[in-house]
Amino acid sequence: MKIYIRSAAAISAQNTFGDVPFLTEPIEVTGICLSAIEPDYKAYIDPKLARRMSRVIKMGVAAAMQCLRDGQVEMPGAIITGTALGCQEDTITFLTRIIEMEEEMLPPTAFIQSTHNTVAAQIALMLKCHNYNNTFVHKGISFESALLDAVMLLKEGDADSILVGGTEEMTDIAFKILTRLGLYKRWPLSNLELIRTQSNGTIGGEGAAFFLLTDKGNSDNLAELVATKTFYKPKSKVDIELNINSFLEHNSIKIEDIDLVITGKNGDWKNDAVYDELSKTIFVNSSFAYYKHLCGEYPVSISFALWLAANIIKRGQVPETVTDGELKNRSPKKILIYNHYQNSYHSLMLLSSC
Amino acid sequence: MSAPVYIAGVGVITAIGNNVAENLAAFEREEAGMGDITLVNTIHRGILPVAEVKLDNEALGNLAGISTKLSRTKMLSLIAAREALNDAAIPDFDNLRTGFISANTVGGMDKSEDFFIEFLADQDKGKLRNVYDHECGSMTEVVADALGITDYMTTISTACSSSANAIFYGARLIRNDILDVVIAGGADALAKFTLNGFNTLMILDKEYCKPFDDNREGLNLGEGAGYVVLVSDKVAQTLNKPLYATLSGYNNSNDAYHQTASSPDGTGSYLAMQGALNKAGLQTSDIDYINLHGTGTPNNDSAEGTAIKRLFGPQYPKMSSTKSFTGHTLGASGGVEAVFSVLAVKHGLIYPNLRFKTPMQELPFTPEVHYLKDQPVKNVLSNSFGFGGNCTSLIFSAV
Repeated sequence: MKIYIRSAAAISAQNTFGDVPFLTEPIEVTGICLSAIEPDYKAYIDPKLARRMSRVIKMGVAAAMQCLRDGQVEMPGAIITGTALGCQEDTITFLTRIIEMEEEMLPPTAFIQSTHNTVAAQIALMLKCHNYNNTFVHKGISFESALLDAVMLLKEGDADSILVGGTEEMTDIAFKILTRLGLYKRWPLSNLELIRTQSNGTIGGEGAAFFLLTDKGNSDNLAELVATKTFYKPKSKVDIELNINSFLEHNSIKIEDIDLVITGKNGDWKNDAVYDELSKTIFVNSSFAYYKHLCGEYPVSISFALWLAANIIKRGQVPETVTDGELKNRSPKKILIYNHYQNSYHSLMLLSSC
Repeated sequence: MSAPVYIAGVGVITAIGNNVAENLAAFEREEAGMGDITLVNTIHRGILPVAEVKLDNEALGNLAGISTKLSRTKMLSLIAAREALNDAAIPDFDNLRTGFISANTVGGMDKSEDFFIEFLADQDKGKLRNVYDHECGSMTEVVADALGITDYMTTISTACSSSANAIFYGARLIRNDILDVVIAGGADALAKFTLNGFNTLMILDKEYCKPFDDNREGLNLGEGAGYVVLVSDKVAQTLNKPLYATLSGYNNSNDAYHQTASSPDGTGSYLAMQGALNKAGLQTSDIDYINLHGTGTPNNDSAEGTAIKRLFGPQYPKMSSTKSFTGHTLGASGGVEAVFSVLAVKHGLIYPNLRFKTPMQELPFTPEVHYLKDQPVKNVLSNSFGFGGNCTSLIFSAV
């Protein structure tokens, strides 16, 4: 069975949402964290409802609705989301009130909206969609888990037109805590310079990206999702290579047939060393692109990479801002996304033109 | 895709016992696990009853064999998951494709709450070791690492249906030939966050909960963990002990009515139960026991009961809510109750619904109030419904 990406919609720190040019004028920010550019939500959510929603809920719902519109699907066969930290803003609000108000006279709204499945639930509620609904919350492979669930549902023949998305919001509190944990750079820099810095830490980010997956061929489809795989805590560089090679072999594709490898470089020297090592071995003749200078680092950032890859294939062009060296093919037909999250969780996604 | 998936092992820890044997013994004694709050530092002590696991963090960490400074959720999870894996005693485990699929609702919130008190006063204060692994996925990771599971792991969080979804996601990984063995279920420890959250919704009973009673006033929160070991047909044939059951049916449907409340006619519950029956190829008359979601809130029990009436009427199987023993263990409840359901099939048990007195006016049936053994129990339906309209039903059948 072939699985296609019918449509894709992303809200990110770049102009990626709606009918916009394809990353021709990347947004430059000097700082240590990129915030998503939020659309006018009126076109997606009743303003009365929107007032009570946190940013991640609004971003998630709007991206999902735009994805459905683009795919001309009214009722998805399933709604599946991935998020590592879920509804942070509501969680922090409720936790803060518990402490400040010493557990008395607490309003329930923040608690109600703090559960990790709120985005998927709100989409279902707005669509009156009674179909399969699931939320994965596993660190750097939250979105990958959701995607695997969608692929399995299609293969099982239990659903079609599956809406799958990754959502994450950044909050001041999380940024402060993650900074103390040493994730980020210690001084502000231009995001467009991020990958060249090669020092400790990266920059924060956030976003929401949704996709409609189907097994029905159609000339409007963006790309074929050939396969996806994750692996955990590889023991060595050789172990990583074995995993990538077996993934490609399993899908009957040779490395030289891949036109573009999109990596998860994020400007942290330790993080990027993993990719640099591979560029001397299995990827020695490959063309590369990177993306985290555009969206920042966050647990479901690979959903931005999937949006990028699907659009590169459909539009037949690679935005200059993502290219990492010479391109062997300016209109890639086969793209491999390879991301790792803190060298624990490694993810592969293989896309092909339809 | 329709290859059978079997349950080869079970593990559970709740307020009524630290392992399977203790839980079964408590059912037979008809002894509930609720009591005063002793472990969470909250103003609700002495007012709201809860169903605590009867070990403090020191004792629980030692039982789990991990640091007593970690989140209680990790300890609960490891204890039950390890019991399940040991119980399954799978030969050649190391050479099989193995996975750990776990669920929880608030990750390491019990530790983050401590961190936040100091952090709120000064953002450069608060011990980072109490917050660095707050994420839900961190609970899963530490247990997978301890059990030596590296091929695949993930975490699901769909409120109170979380671990029921984890179990059937695990089964589908086997059916899709991605894994051979999956330990699946969930864990949640009591936390000030959830205690206060449910309290603001005014759905906590100040007395011990009375599921499916006309005078029910709410739920009691509990804590615990429950896991089943799922194996493929091929692995099942290598086992040196009998299988518990097969996971014959499952379904996940959404109520799509309200973020927290259930629809009056229980649309989501109805669709979940009906979908699971269809998947299993069973009729309502084939079900011998329903392990109810049965939280004890007026809204849930009315919606779930109405859905059962619509789907099963006029012939009803025996049913009960084991939350009358364990309290509502939230993200763990689907896993805990899957273990109870599997044991019901294996041993021919029906668990009593404690404290039931008055039938609900709108329902023509009542829950079972006695502990029954040597019952013909071939098919058990287990319901788990949650916030966000997430409704999941599982069916466990005799092999």
